[in-house]
Amino acid sequence: MISDPRPLSPHLQIYRWQLTSVLSILHRITGIALVVGAVLLVSWFGSAADGAAAFAGFQGFLGSPIGLVMLFGCSVALFYHLCNGIRHLWWDTGRGLELKSVYASGWAVLVATAALTVIVWSIGLSRWEF
Amino acid sequence: MAASPMRSPLGRVLGLGSAKEGVEHWWLQRITAIALVPLAIWFVIAALGMIGADRAAMVAWMHSPMSAVFTVLLIVAAIYHMALGLQVVIEDYIHSEAWKLGLIIVMRLWCIVLVARGILAVLTLAFAA
Repeated sequence: MISDPRPLSPHLQIYRWQLTSVLSILHRITGIALVVGAVLLVSWFGSAADGAAAFAGFQGFLGSPIGLVMLFGCSVALFYHLCNGIRHLWWDTGRGLELKSVYASGWAVLVATAALTVIVWSIGLSRWEF
Repeated sequence: MAASPMRSPLGRVLGLGSAKEGVEHWWLQRITAIALVPLAIWFVIAALGMIGADRAAMVAWMHSPMSAVFTVLLIVAAIYHMALGLQVVIEDYIHSEAWKLGLIIVMRLWCIVLVARGILAVLTLAFAA
């Protein structure tokens, strides 16, 4: 779409990776990934409403390797989007916008995401009947 | 609406400018986000209790009015939040007006179908014998 030869600003790949921009794009990526989570959520209740056989089939799908990978991905995306979403709500009050706080809360979001994932999957797998 | 002196005559003639709906979009995104914090945490804890559950367990769960109401609220808030977010993503990356409008309409209709399916499923379980 270049219609005249004016100089362009540097392209995306020129910039050094920074925590701030990476976490920002991750918020959008996890949000889009959670579309899969929403479909799984509705399908879970939908299959239960359809009958015992349909629900057993869907539970079986969730417990299959593909189902577990989808559940794991959705759970990580949910925990990240939830934690970083709280960070955004905090920013919306006008607080925590100094560079130092932005980096501190950013790392806190990553640690909280990892911690929630480990805790929830430890409980989940311990309840799982292999 | 008083014409802003900052707007060019061409911009005024073309009818371009703010549709005055941005604030509502922003607010609803935040309100659904705030609602989803407790709802999502509640659902993750509840779902951990439903690992390996059969349909009877789902019916028993949804027979609790609190659980059924929370699930309906979760489905509505999550998918409303999703529709608002996906709209921004479409507006950011799709530059053809026709494709942009078409995709937003299809996405919104699809979200309504998802919400309807979800609510009906919860009600079916809540009132199942």
